[in-house]
Amino acid sequence: MSREHREGRAADGGGIPADAETPVVVAEALVKMHRTEAGTPVKAVRGVDLRIERGEFVAITGPSGAGKSTLLHLLGGLHTPDSGRIWLEGERVDTYSEARWAVLRRRRIGIVFQFFNLISHLTVADNVELPALLAGSTPRQARDRRAELLADLGLEGKENSTPGELSGGEQQRVALARALVNRSSLLLADEPAGSLDSKGTREVLKLLSRYHARGQTIVLVTHDARVASAADRVISLFDGRIVDDAALGGGGAPSSRPGGGVSGTLELKG
Amino acid sequence: MRLPLLALLARGPAHGYELKQALEKLLGAAYPQPNIGQVYVTLGRLEKAGLIEGEDIAQSSRPNKRTYQLTDAGREAVAAWFDEPTDEPRVRDEFFMKLAVAPGTGMTDQVALINKQRRHYLNAMRDLSRLAAAEDRDNRVAQLLIEGAMLHLQADLDWLERCQEELEQLEELE
Repeated sequence: MSREHREGRAADGGGIPADAETPVVVAEALVKMHRTEAGTPVKAVRGVDLRIERGEFVAITGPSGAGKSTLLHLLGGLHTPDSGRIWLEGERVDTYSEARWAVLRRRRIGIVFQFFNLISHLTVADNVELPALLAGSTPRQARDRRAELLADLGLEGKENSTPGELSGGEQQRVALARALVNRSSLLLADEPAGSLDSKGTREVLKLLSRYHARGQTIVLVTHDARVASAADRVISLFDGRIVDDAALGGGGAPSSRPGGGVSGTLELKG
Repeated sequence: MRLPLLALLARGPAHGYELKQALEKLLGAAYPQPNIGQVYVTLGRLEKAGLIEGEDIAQSSRPNKRTYQLTDAGREAVAAWFDEPTDEPRVRDEFFMKLAVAPGTGMTDQVALINKQRRHYLNAMRDLSRLAAAEDRDNRVAQLLIEGAMLHLQADLDWLERCQEELEQLEELE
């Protein structure tokens, strides 16, 4: 659906129409303050500039309390910045009301959370189809897209299960299907493997890599270096600021890299 | 490589090429494999040291092959190796040395060092993920080896974070 639809809306919003050249996300001087339980204000995000191109897979990493989840929530409109500006596909969005953000999230931003946040009394199929219906798909389109995604994610046969009957890894795959059902231009993932065992983690990483290979723009937050290393670019956040922004090595065989990091790490003694 | 080769010979006599293949199969692609030359050189040394003894076996259509078996001294060496706990992870760390001596040199700063090291570790982690994906999932030994390396790297990365935390706090005090 919705390339023309999107651009139409982007134009309505006074932004530049989205194309392959327009960054998916641009953030400028973002600041967000939190209050501690005692009421003391703490700067969670302290002046972050960020530019994410179409098709990038970016991991934001850093110690707990570094502000990485807050940053992700700002990009998804789940928090409002105290100051700074955000563009989504060329459209200025930081000034949006909560209702407009909700529409944006429905159509153009998919979010995956650490604890899946599925609707527990709905079936897997309904969990995935609901956002499609809310975004204006016909029941038939929603059903087709849901079937396609569940097959792709290895969840065939689970359509009528409820989330509670699934393993953590399966629930996260359902959450991924839900986030992708409207072909969002931006997928945000907040510690997507944070509550999974190593098998579940592997599965989710494999799937994220697969969608990335198909062109999906992904921004994920993690403290797990294994998860971060699935991305092509790792942003290190420290105390609310970006302290490093590194492109990870390209496709070559591991051993071709000078310095032999892997062999060094794996060398046994004796 | 001496002791792993001896330990493999504790399973039974074998020749050089068989030992190399056994190591490969056991450890998978992630572990840096010795080449056949290194295996032969090591076997020669072990024989000279009296830890193994070789015997030439005639083959009809090919050159003779030399089969090795453990001597009693060799068996004792393997037993002693298994008996001794392996060194704990390093306390001596070259990166830490750089971090410690960098201030005041005017040549780098600690944050730059940490960032460079983090990139290096993240790339190593990425390589390991790829190796794990490429390795046969059923080769549990090889998979465990990679997983161990990843856990070590994760610990190194956590430690870099700690270094950075301390440095930031120092800066804020100044």
